[in-house]
Amino acid sequence: MKLFKITTILFVGLMLLLSVRSAIATQVTVSKDGDITSVQTGIDQAQPGDTVFVREGRYIEYDIRINKRITLLGEGEAIIDGDEQGFVVVVEADSTVIKDIEVHNSKAGFMDDYAGIVVEGAHYVRIENVKLVNNFFGIYLAKSEGTVLKNNHITASHQRETNSGNGIHLWYTKDVEILDNYVAGHRDGLYFEFVEGAFIAGNKSEKNIRYGIHFMYSDNCRYERNTFRDNGGGVAVMYTSNVDIVDNHFADNWGSSAYGMLLKEINRSTVTGNTFTNNSVGLYMEASSRNNVEGNEFNQNGWAVQLMANSTDNTFSKNNFVANSFEVSTNSRMNYSNNFDNNYWSQYEGYDLDRDGVGDVPHRPVRLFSILVEKQPQSLLLLRSLLVDLLDAAEKFMPALTPETLIDSKPQMEPVL
Amino acid sequence: MKSLTILKYQWKDLLRGKWIVGYGLIYLLIADAMIRFGNAGPKAMLSISNIMLLLIPLVGIIYGALYLYQTREFTELLLAQPIDRPSLFWGLFGGLAVPLAVAFAVGTAIPMIYTGMIITASTQSILLILLLGIVLTLLFTGLGFWFALKFFEDRVKGLGFALVSWLFLAVLYDGLVLLAVFAFGDYPIEKPMLALALANPIDLARITVLLEFDISALMGYTGAVFNRFFGSLMGISVAFSCLMLWLGIPLWRSQRQFDKKDF
Amino acid sequence: MISIQRLRKDFGTRTVLNELDLEIPAGQATGIVGPNGSGKTTTIKALLGLVKPTSGDIMVDGKSISGEWEYRNKIGYMPQIARYPENMTIGELFQFIKNMRGSDTNRDRELLEYFELDNEIDKRMRALSGGMRQKVGAILAMMFDPEILIFDEPTAGLDPKSSVQFKRLVHREKEKGKTVLLTSHIMSEIEELTDHLIFIVEGNIRYDGPMRELMELQQEQRLEGAVAKMMEETAA
Repeated sequence: MKLFKITTILFVGLMLLLSVRSAIATQVTVSKDGDITSVQTGIDQAQPGDTVFVREGRYIEYDIRINKRITLLGEGEAIIDGDEQGFVVVVEADSTVIKDIEVHNSKAGFMDDYAGIVVEGAHYVRIENVKLVNNFFGIYLAKSEGTVLKNNHITASHQRETNSGNGIHLWYTKDVEILDNYVAGHRDGLYFEFVEGAFIAGNKSEKNIRYGIHFMYSDNCRYERNTFRDNGGGVAVMYTSNVDIVDNHFADNWGSSAYGMLLKEINRSTVTGNTFTNNSVGLYMEASSRNNVEGNEFNQNGWAVQLMANSTDNTFSKNNFVANSFEVSTNSRMNYSNNFDNNYWSQYEGYDLDRDGVGDVPHRPVRLFSILVEKQPQSLLLLRSLLVDLLDAAEKFMPALTPETLIDSKPQMEPVL
Repeated sequence: MKSLTILKYQWKDLLRGKWIVGYGLIYLLIADAMIRFGNAGPKAMLSISNIMLLLIPLVGIIYGALYLYQTREFTELLLAQPIDRPSLFWGLFGGLAVPLAVAFAVGTAIPMIYTGMIITASTQSILLILLLGIVLTLLFTGLGFWFALKFFEDRVKGLGFALVSWLFLAVLYDGLVLLAVFAFGDYPIEKPMLALALANPIDLARITVLLEFDISALMGYTGAVFNRFFGSLMGISVAFSCLMLWLGIPLWRSQRQFDKKDF
Repeated sequence: MISIQRLRKDFGTRTVLNELDLEIPAGQATGIVGPNGSGKTTTIKALLGLVKPTSGDIMVDGKSISGEWEYRNKIGYMPQIARYPENMTIGELFQFIKNMRGSDTNRDRELLEYFELDNEIDKRMRALSGGMRQKVGAILAMMFDPEILIFDEPTAGLDPKSSVQFKRLVHREKEKGKTVLLTSHIMSEIEELTDHLIFIVEGNIRYDGPMRELMELQQEQRLEGAVAKMMEETAA
């Protein structure tokens, strides 16, 4: 009974406090035909905690500074157009919220990283439902903690790498959440450098000039349910430890240096439940160790996995390799403790006499032909010829050039679910 | 009209020989097994196309030659009848090539229908495989005819040449290409390589299959020539035109030979 | 009327027919005789279009046969060695050729009965004896009632009874006014059946004229003797 009373009092108190707060916070309205016609003026007139409400219309303004904690809220097609003059919105205050607004046409340049929205040194910023069109960089976060980017739509239509910046660019940030954003047409869709503890989920990054996502020196991050497709170079992640890459889709990355995902010096990380479909190379691993690659689907890639010999102690298990041109290729006869057991390989030609679901003879996913192609790429044209099949069969029977220990000793007869 | 009469008779005769039914059954069993083990996906299609690339040229060229020898009496009987030689030639060719092509297409398609693969798999892939199989059948039957007509009086020679040609086109040719690649790999050899591949009908068909199923790998190749060739509509249209040339030339030569031949 | 003009046929370097000029009179029976390999069969095959001449021309009823095929509607041909599709029955074979020629004649029935083959109609060709095949060939040649009949060694595989049957039939055709062309090694047969004689040696014509005249010229009672004499003259 007593407990109930106390909670009631607390609750009522809380409600009162909230109503007082909202009474204090006011709204400054910016509109094309009102008293305030400029977003910057609106911000200047607002008090910390106020909302600056931008009515529908195109506001040609650049270098807008948010230097106090406000909410910048748009209505309908409220567009802030930088007219390619400079940054569009610069956030300097903690806990700033930018929502339901459009930001267009930042300046492009080589000296400065111009951006649609730049957050520098401000923490706990929230950017949500913002449409960013044709900015050099889309959202640029530097030295920011606890910031959330959610449901933003970031596109650019630049053709060349040099006059295009990244869609979402993070530099020295901590505990950032990037959720359900869409990025297309930038240099890198997402770019992280020195990022710690980020959570990236549900984003879609496609048709970017270079990488769908590119990150380095960014430990302890988690990537979940993102889709990276049809980017110039696919996805490249480097120099990082302890990342979780789970349930993402890597698809349709075609080209001589296009990878579903490229891992370079990635250690102690997990790659699980992802699908790699229709990439020139599904998963490329270089100098990466102690990673767990499990339960992924590799479908119809040119090369499902390219594993460089300087990668060690990685485990590949319970993956499905279906209809890839090459299942695994490598650049050496050596295999340093990479384990490939318990996968399903559609190129497996063994049998299962005891009917326990596991093939009775080991599978060698590295074909002789993949080594020939490695040495002389032009021979790729002979793929699926009878000659190559004969060579592969001979090599399987008596391995002379392929790594002897790179085998799956428990190949599954049916795809792993 | 007279070709049709000949076709009708020959089809009846082939069916009576049961051979053609067995040939169709082989494809039915293979396709059935591949779909069963390959989960009706692209894997099954690839296996079917591999078998097709192997079996059709061999059967086409050998049986094409053998058939002309076997029907020699029939041919001579008809030659004294009021019929023009081109009609007789096309009647003979169609009498064999069409049933062979139908046996392949029907044998392969039936398992695709009853397993539902025809709905689940890519229609484009299925049509490509069936079409390629049919073209290859006509092409290699034509080649077989050509050999038989060239060595009409000497079966052993004709069949020998047919078999060796198949072996050459199916295996040795690619071996030479591979050797060339490794011998001259440091030079820009993409264009000659493409030309070499286009000059062999089996390679040609195989590359068409690659364009359908292995485009991701082909696009991973470092080299502008291949990329430009395979990445555009040009690749498939050039490959297909060359295949048509390969179909046309032996048949055209055979028909001329047949026209001028003394029996 | 068949007219062969400067017909030449080379097989490689070997000349089989050397500028042959011949008139085969219509409505008569003509016999072609000569030693083995003299070019008799080649002449017939050229006439049928089976062999393409190296040079020269053949006219049938005043029209060149070069590149033509319709003229074969007028010809019935019985080859030296009759070979037929092995899987076909006699009935099917006749029906097939009838379809080919667009004819619905019933003469094959009569002729089958005549040669006492009417009970064998469902037999496959491979099951027939050599003589039976010859008879089938004879029927095929005559069933469409063509104007020109060509027989290449017709009685070679026939027993005496069938041989007589066959010759009687040819007589009848001749009396109907057919042009008959016949090769044979059996001189009595030529003598019996033909009026006009052509004698070929090594692709050249040695004699072309009425048979009677030749026998008078050689002062022989039998054709066999006359031909033998002529061969000796050629060899000398």
